Amino acid sequence: MIRLEKRPEPSSLWTAVTPVLAVVLTMIAGGILFAALGNEPVIAIRTIFWDPIFGEFAFYYRGQLLVKAAPLILIAIGLSLGFRAGIWNIGAEGQYIIGAICGAAVGLAFYPANLWIVFPLMVIAGAIGGFLWAMIPAILKTRFNTNEILVSLLLVYVAEAILAWMALGPLRNPEGAGFPGSRNLRQYEAAANLELIEGTGIHWGVIAALIAVIFAYVLLKRHMMGFHIRLTGQSPRAARFAGVNPNMLVIFCLGLSGALAGLAGLFEVSGPAGQISIDFNVFYGFTAIIVAFLGRLHPIGILLAGLLMALTYIGGEAAQSTLGLPAAAIQAFQGMLLFFLLAVDLLTNYRVRLGREGVA
Amino acid sequence: MDLSAINPVILVASLMVASTPILLAAIGELVVEKSGVLNLGVEGMMITGAICGFAIAVETGSPTLGFIAAALGGALLSLIFGVLTQVLLSNQVATGLALTLFGLGISALLGQGYIGIKPPATPRIDLGPLSDLPVVGRILFSHDLMVYVSLALVAGVWAFLRYTRGGLILRAVGESHDAAHALGYKVILIRLAAIAFGGACAGLGGAYLSLVRVPQWTEGMTAGAGWIALAIVVFAGWRAWGVLLGAYLFGGVTVLQLNLQAAGMAIPVEVLSMSPYLITILVLVIMSADRRRAAMGAPASLGRVFHASS
Repeated sequence: MIRLEKRPEPSSLWTAVTPVLAVVLTMIAGGILFAALGNEPVIAIRTIFWDPIFGEFAFYYRGQLLVKAAPLILIAIGLSLGFRAGIWNIGAEGQYIIGAICGAAVGLAFYPANLWIVFPLMVIAGAIGGFLWAMIPAILKTRFNTNEILVSLLLVYVAEAILAWMALGPLRNPEGAGFPGSRNLRQYEAAANLELIEGTGIHWGVIAALIAVIFAYVLLKRHMMGFHIRLTGQSPRAARFAGVNPNMLVIFCLGLSGALAGLAGLFEVSGPAGQISIDFNVFYGFTAIIVAFLGRLHPIGILLAGLLMALTYIGGEAAQSTLGLPAAAIQAFQGMLLFFLLAVDLLTNYRVRLGREGVA
Repeated sequence: MDLSAINPVILVASLMVASTPILLAAIGELVVEKSGVLNLGVEGMMITGAICGFAIAVETGSPTLGFIAAALGGALLSLIFGVLTQVLLSNQVATGLALTLFGLGISALLGQGYIGIKPPATPRIDLGPLSDLPVVGRILFSHDLMVYVSLALVAGVWAFLRYTRGGLILRAVGESHDAAHALGYKVILIRLAAIAFGGACAGLGGAYLSLVRVPQWTEGMTAGAGWIALAIVVFAGWRAWGVLLGAYLFGGVTVLQLNLQAAGMAIPVEVLSMSPYLITILVLVIMSADRRRAAMGAPASLGRVFHASS
């Protein structure tokens, strides 16, 4: 008989080992999936995980790695704080869109003035946009006890509708010959978020992501708020007795994750994406959920997980062009990773015992 | 703007068609939640059902086989969730999200060769003279089989939960899994069965979208329908007839805004198309504002991990 025995506290060894184990299992299962699609599994896995860093065209892909990882890390750091406290913001995609729209709108309002203040103002507007969008589920949760999971998620579809409206209406490029989409911010010097060091892919978003990692680390380790977040996650009742205000915590966690998602959107729209267009958002807000879990909701873990997930994006694109692997395969692959991660998590919280139960 | 172009009879008839996918998914989720499991993967199961049903219907030429395949596909996918949460004791919220992300990916993958194809038409049931009745005939008696299946499911689930021993056991498991376990009920098996039922219903709902309502296959075509189904279960206060009301209310809003778009209202199209989501949020707020009422319907063990220590 196989028996599960609850550990008194999560095993720290397995906490570190399970993400690696999950990645290995996903590679095996992914290999089977790719084989079923008619690809050589080993070559497909190598194209996705090895070639972008060490292969022939690595000089191009390495720069892309940070560009893709930055928004994922930025969003996942915010989400992880809430997830730790049992506050589920899964509408980061919407906050990301609204942040991008607000930031871009501020930038476009100054066009074509070349003032140094434009970009900082855009950053602030992006963060505020994301923050306010996240405040909707937060206030509904604290005032009316409405489920924040459903509200934040439903607001993603509202944000997408607003995005389409902005791209076709108010923010459309007046010199764009009627095509949908705003002016390209990359060509507007004061608002452009360009590469800071040639060839590395480092832009302001990457720097913001690193700051966020450090900030979250200090917050969780050294600050009272971080203690309250961890306490609420482990025992909401004990937290209440300890004087934690649950409503404040909801506002803080949702607001911070919204602001960070908004920042990610702003850095994306002013840099890699360049403009507000109908299909501007590319699922970063949802992939960041996987990143947060893969990183064990720990800032350093999220940093590594974000880089790994960025690698699957880039490797997926490479596999698309060289092997003809469909884009959706990578999405399924990422979903699979989360499944395996949750499955092997069992080993962290439980001991697997073989044989019959002994006398205690 | 020309409001006279909107024909109320056709409006009500198309309301029923528009509501059916959400109704199917929501009634399945109701049973799942009554057993104490919160499956947030409805969206993923719906879209998987949509492509399974679509692919099989196109390949075989039979919509009926398509619907069966959709139910099987949805149930199979939901069992991944079932095994993870019930056997491997993972967090239900996180696993449900994973199911949605995975479902969106796998459906896009499966659906690659099916973009731009028209599925075989699902025939309307001919109810003879009933269908020829004025007004009532058009509204009630001129739909395809799935509309009636969805209504029958609502009645069936209601009767099952209220009047049968099985329903009582299911509710007991949802209210207190420890007590049910102590009484000797197989908590995990009962929950797995409920999860599979929910998956099958969500799959049917998805297939109704791709085979009847739209009808074609596009990536991400459920566009939040699964999440709205989850909201409707809350709206319904975990009661079967409430689910029917919620789904039809939502379907009504959807159809109305589409008609207003067609009639050329002076509101931007995007504002109209976001209205169903906004109204769902509004309804959620109203329903959950009264804490006592909101707590009354919800199964007490909802979302809690069950681990029998002995």
